[in-house]
Amino acid sequence: MDFKLTEEQQMLQDTAARLVRDAYPFEQREKFSESELGFSAEFWGQLGELGLTAVPFSEDIGGFGGGGVETMLVMTELGRGLTLEPYLQSVIYGGGLLNQLGGDAQKEDLLPQVAAGSLQLAVAFDEPQSHYNLHDVQAKAEAVDGGYRLSGRKAVVIGGHSAGKIIVSARTSGDSRDETGISLFLIDPNAQGVSRRVYPTIDGRKGCDLFLDNVQVGADALLGEIGNALPAMRYQQGRAIAAQCADALGSMDEACKLTLDYLKTRKQFGVPIGKFQVLQHRMVDMQTELEQATSMAILAATFADGEDNDERSRIIAAAKYICARAARKVAEEAIQLHGGIGMTWEYNLAHHAKRLVMIAHQFGDDDHHLKAYAKLMQVA
Amino acid sequence: MNVNYTAEELAFRDEVRAFLKSELPADIAAKVKLGKHMSKQDHERWQQILVKRGWYAPGWPVELGGTTWGPVEKHIFDEECSAFGAPRTVPFGVNMVAPVIIKFGTQQQIDHYLPRILSGEDWWCQGYSEPGAGSDLASLKTRAVRDGDHYVVNGQKTWTTLGQHANMIFCLVRTDPEAQQQRGISFLLIDMKSPGISVRPIITLDGDHEVNEVFFDNVRVPVENLVGEENQGWTCAKYLLTHERTGLAGIGSSKAVLAHLKRIAMKEVCDGKPMLEDPLFRAQVAEVEMQLMAIEMSTLRILAAAKEGGVPGAESSILKVKGTEIRQAITHLLRKVIGPYALPFLEEEMQLGYDGELLHADYSASLAGDYFNMRKLSIFGGSNEIQKNIVSKMILEL
Repeated sequence: MDFKLTEEQQMLQDTAARLVRDAYPFEQREKFSESELGFSAEFWGQLGELGLTAVPFSEDIGGFGGGGVETMLVMTELGRGLTLEPYLQSVIYGGGLLNQLGGDAQKEDLLPQVAAGSLQLAVAFDEPQSHYNLHDVQAKAEAVDGGYRLSGRKAVVIGGHSAGKIIVSARTSGDSRDETGISLFLIDPNAQGVSRRVYPTIDGRKGCDLFLDNVQVGADALLGEIGNALPAMRYQQGRAIAAQCADALGSMDEACKLTLDYLKTRKQFGVPIGKFQVLQHRMVDMQTELEQATSMAILAATFADGEDNDERSRIIAAAKYICARAARKVAEEAIQLHGGIGMTWEYNLAHHAKRLVMIAHQFGDDDHHLKAYAKLMQVA
Repeated sequence: MNVNYTAEELAFRDEVRAFLKSELPADIAAKVKLGKHMSKQDHERWQQILVKRGWYAPGWPVELGGTTWGPVEKHIFDEECSAFGAPRTVPFGVNMVAPVIIKFGTQQQIDHYLPRILSGEDWWCQGYSEPGAGSDLASLKTRAVRDGDHYVVNGQKTWTTLGQHANMIFCLVRTDPEAQQQRGISFLLIDMKSPGISVRPIITLDGDHEVNEVFFDNVRVPVENLVGEENQGWTCAKYLLTHERTGLAGIGSSKAVLAHLKRIAMKEVCDGKPMLEDPLFRAQVAEVEMQLMAIEMSTLRILAAAKEGGVPGAESSILKVKGTEIRQAITHLLRKVIGPYALPFLEEEMQLGYDGELLHADYSASLAGDYFNMRKLSIFGGSNEIQKNIVSKMILEL
C-alpha cells in the first residue's frame, strides 16, 4: 500500500491546480456559464496546450499515458474550480469509447485530435425512458445501402451543444431492453436529420436533447462491432464515474473549506457560530463524508482502467453510491450551516451545492448504483 | 380517545370541498400543482374569492371578518386547500401582522389596517432578519430615533420575502440602544413608499427572485405606527413567531406534494416499469408517507392541546423541524423520479403560461429548482437548530 503521489503525478496535480486557480475565479465562471458556448474556449485551449486533454491517452498518439490516478488528479482540480468544460465527456468518456472500440482508421483520424483538444466528443446514451439504464435503448439504426439510418431521441447530452462529434447508442436488433443488439455510431451534429434542443443545466453547464430523424451515416460511422456495444459502454461509463467521483471530491473539498471558514468568522449570540457544539459535530460529519468519498474515489481510480470484471463493477457502483450520497449530504449541510447566504446566487457555495447534488443525475444516482451493487454483492 | 373526525367536522370538510370545487380557478390550481410560480395577481384573485366567502382570515375574531373555527377546522381547511391546489396564503398580512395588531394594537390601528389586509389594498412583508441578526434576531441594529411625532429609521433588513410586491413592512427596530438585547426593541409599521426606502433583489440559487434586501435611510415613520409599547416590541415578535411556526410544518401542502410525487412516479419509468413499482424507490416514498401520517397526528394533538383560540408554545417548534424535514425529503424524491431530466435548467418552462414545446413533461422543469428552493425551510422562521434549542430550553428545561 502506498498512497503517495509520484513526482510526475505531483507535477500534474500542481499544473492543473495552478491553471484552475488562475483562469477560473468565480466571477469569470459566471461569465463563461452565461456565454453562448457555456464554457471558456480559452481555458479549453489551455487544457490542450498544457497536455491535460492528453492525460489518459497513450504516448504513441501524443498522449501522457496516464491512468485512473492521473485522471483523478486532474478531475479533482477541475471540480474544485467548478469548471464547465466538457473534459469528462470528451476526454474521458468519448475518448475512452473511441480508444476501446475504434478501428485503426477511426483512431488514427480522431484520437490525436481528441487528445490535443481540437476535437470535442459528447456521449449520447440516455433516453427519456432509460432512467440511467444503458441497455434501455429505443433509438434505432437500420442498415441501408453503404451505411445506416438512425432515428430516435437521446436525453440530456452534456456538452452535446458544442461537440464536433457525438457518440450515439442505437438499436440494430432486439427489443428495447435487450442487452444485445446495441451499436454505437459517431455522428456529426450538423448532419441532415439531426436537431438539438440546447439548454443550460442546473449546475451552470450546457447540454441538449438530441433528435435523430432518419439520419444517414456511412459504414465508417459504426464504432466497434455491430450489436455488441453494451460491455464497452458499461466499462467506459465506469471510467467516467471514477472521474466524476474525483470531480465531486474537488467540489466537496471547497464546500467544506468555505463552510469551515464561515463557522469561524460568522458571529451570532456574540461568538463565532463554530463555537456551538451542534454545528461543530455537523462540520465533523461533513468532513467524515469527504474522507469516505475520497477513499472511494481513490479506489475507483485504481480500478478504472483495470480488468473488466465483477470486482471492478462492484467498486465503481460503491464509489458512485458513496460519493453521490456524500455529495448531497455536504451540499445540504453546507447550505444549512451558512444559513440564507448559502442559498444566494451570487455566492459560490450555492453553485458548489448545485453541482454536488446534480452529480447523482448523471451516470446513475445512488439508488441505481445501490441496486447494481446489491446484485453483484458476494454472499460468501 | 377518538382520532376520527366528528360528524360536524366531516360536514365542514364537505362544505370546504364543495366551495373549492366551485370557486377555485382551474388555471391557478393547475399552476400550483405543477409547481409554477404564482404571480401577485394570482394571489390577489384567490384572496378575493376567500374574502367573499369569509374564509380568508380564519384566525381573526368574527367581528373583524374572521371565523369561529377551532384548530381542527383550520387544519381541515388547510388540507383541503392544498389538496385542491389552492395557492398558499401569503402569510405576512393576514397571519402575521394582523394577529399582532389585534392583540397589541390600538383600536385605531385595528380599524385602519385590518380591512386593508382583507381588501388587498395592503400587501405586507416582514422586516425581521438583518445581515448580522439571523438566528440571533435580538442583536438587530436597525435604529429608530424619536424626532417629534416621528421615528427616524436607519438600517437594513434582509431575506424580505416578496418585499418586491409589498407596500407595507412590519419591522423590529431598536429604539433603546442602551438596553439589553431583547429590551429596547420596538414593533413598527412602515409604508414602503416612504422616502429613503430602497429594495434590492436577492436572487436565490434556483434563479428565483423571492427575497430582497430592504434599506432604510432616514425614513420618517409617524409615531402612531408603533404597535404596543415602545421598547416592548420583543413581546410582539415572539407572539408572531409562535403563530408563524404552527403553519410552517405545512402538512397539507406536504400531503399534496406527496400525491403529486406518486402521480409522477407512476408516469416515469425505470426498466420499463413505473418508478413507483421499483421496490427501493417505493420504500422511500412509503417512509415519507408514514412520517407524514405521524406528524399530522402530532399536529392535531398539539393544536387540540392549545388553549381555545390560543397558539401552541414550544411544541410548534417540534412540528416546524419535522414538518420541514419531511417536505425536503419529498422534494428530494421528486427530483430523483425524473432521473437525468433534473439536469436541464428551463427557466421558460417554469414561467407562468408557458405553452411552448416541453422538453420532457409539464411537471419536470420545476423539480430540481424546487428542491434547492426548499432548502430554505430549515433555515427561515428560526432555523431548525434554533427550534431545537427552544424545545430543549422550554420543554426539556435543559
